[in-house]
Amino acid sequence: MSSLSERSALLALRLITYLVVCTVGFIVFDIVIKGIGVVNWSFLTTNPQGAAGGIFPAIVGTLYLVFGAIVVALPLGMASAIYLTEYAKQGRLTNTIRLAIVTLAGVPSIVFGLFGLGLFVLFFGFGTSILSGSLTLACMVLPTIIVSSEEALRAVPLALRDASLALGATKWETIRKSVLPYAIPGMMTGSILGIGRAAGETAPILLTVAAFSLPQLPRSVYDQVMALPYHLYVLATQFPNQDEARPTAYGTALVLLLLVLGLNTGAIVLRSHFRRRNKW
Amino acid sequence: MSFRHLQDRSVKYFLLAGASVSIVVVVLIFAFLIREALPYMKSPGLGSFFSERWAPTSPLKAGYGLLPLVAGSAMVTILATLIAIPFGVCGAVYIAEIAGKRERELLKPFIEMIAAIPSVVLGFFGLVVLAPIVKSAFGLPTGLTGLTGAVLLAFMAVPTIMSISEDAIRNVPRSYLDASLALGANRVQTIFKIVVPAAMSGIIASIMLGMGRVVGETMAVIMVTGNAAQFRFTPLVQIRTMTATIAAEMGEVTNGSTHYQALFWVGIVLLFVTFCINLVALRVLRTYRRA
Repeated sequence: MSSLSERSALLALRLITYLVVCTVGFIVFDIVIKGIGVVNWSFLTTNPQGAAGGIFPAIVGTLYLVFGAIVVALPLGMASAIYLTEYAKQGRLTNTIRLAIVTLAGVPSIVFGLFGLGLFVLFFGFGTSILSGSLTLACMVLPTIIVSSEEALRAVPLALRDASLALGATKWETIRKSVLPYAIPGMMTGSILGIGRAAGETAPILLTVAAFSLPQLPRSVYDQVMALPYHLYVLATQFPNQDEARPTAYGTALVLLLLVLGLNTGAIVLRSHFRRRNKW
Repeated sequence: MSFRHLQDRSVKYFLLAGASVSIVVVVLIFAFLIREALPYMKSPGLGSFFSERWAPTSPLKAGYGLLPLVAGSAMVTILATLIAIPFGVCGAVYIAEIAGKRERELLKPFIEMIAAIPSVVLGFFGLVVLAPIVKSAFGLPTGLTGLTGAVLLAFMAVPTIMSISEDAIRNVPRSYLDASLALGANRVQTIFKIVVPAAMSGIIASIMLGMGRVVGETMAVIMVTGNAAQFRFTPLVQIRTMTATIAAEMGEVTNGSTHYQALFWVGIVLLFVTFCINLVALRVLRTYRRA
């Protein structure tokens, strides 16, 4: 029989944990309840008019930026992960690469913004544009993609590699035909998580792409775009008439939240699905 | 050498090139921050940073004192960490040692979901919901204070602390627990006197990684802390962090101006601080994993 003090301590731990859970629930609930009335077809498909109107260009802008970031970061991340798991030997070079990845993962997002401004916007002369923003976001999500791709590669049993090598396949043939097919779903999961992160970030695009109000959709990668997180930031902070801006802000917050949480849930479901399929 | 083997060789270097991009990016980050910031050292010189006055746009005499910004960041970070520790660590203990298997599998993804919520959404929530609560609770003229920012950032640090601490707690050998329980200690005594101390280095690392995340956070703080650069050490006034300063002012400066260079210096300080925190945290984490 457990004592009263023990039971109350256990109860306290449970309460603290569930307080955190309730807070998450409350935040999501608040945004869903107050945003759902605003979000309808025309909100998603029309242009903004001042603080009111739709958010279509911001959705398109976010999709462009995220697509650009993934196109650059995915091949690089996959190549890094394959090198680190399949080829790298203990040594100075490998340690340096690992230190770089860890450092990159810890760089504050606003510093990525400064970096993007200095390198892509000014030095390369891309200007504040989709190109600058996508490249900046690509640098930011690179560590996420590398780490989860590595995890996916390591989950493939060594026996598969040994069998392939024993049959006379070269190392690359082994990786391509015996390892990658099993690791690709896990790598995709990682890249979806990266997409989620890129879609929600504001600080890096603040300095490299974002525009609040644009009359037309971008025509080339050198154009500025609107983006959901930046749109929300401006709506919430830069409008004196908050009565008008607040509903739009809630609607934008809901769309952004659904986009990011949807991507994350998708990634988690995908991962558990493939884990179950690939039980060795 | 056959084509197959030639291909096999070249692929390796191709992949190595991909892997080296991370190094290149890190080097470029440091290089470009320094490149843009460097001219500041000649004029007005680094000495100007040690002042209590951040007023880069003042028409009479511009002030580039970093002290209020550093103090703002430090206060919010420390306060947020102190608030986050009990929640993060208790949550980790609960999930690792007390919750049943099903409960754990529901709780974990739910709490990890916090990490996925974009910071601008949390900042918006803080602005609309949390700030009015702080305002009325303390009878303040505005709810946009250092404390509001700290509460919001604490919330963002919880998932980091919780998941890494939980990992550390679950790695404590089962035999420690069994020995303690066999000696007649109850579950709570075992948890707090045996398991938590054994996992302490992992827990400390988790707290530091949480801090690293908090220092660098931009959007949540810029929206709820009021952004007045004051050199005062109380959480119930408006404060301004280093991250918020860069985000708020970079849009309005002329490229290459003294103000622009000063903002890059703020970025360098920020990068240096997070780099050190993360490096120490990872060292701690590595020693405990080896042990």
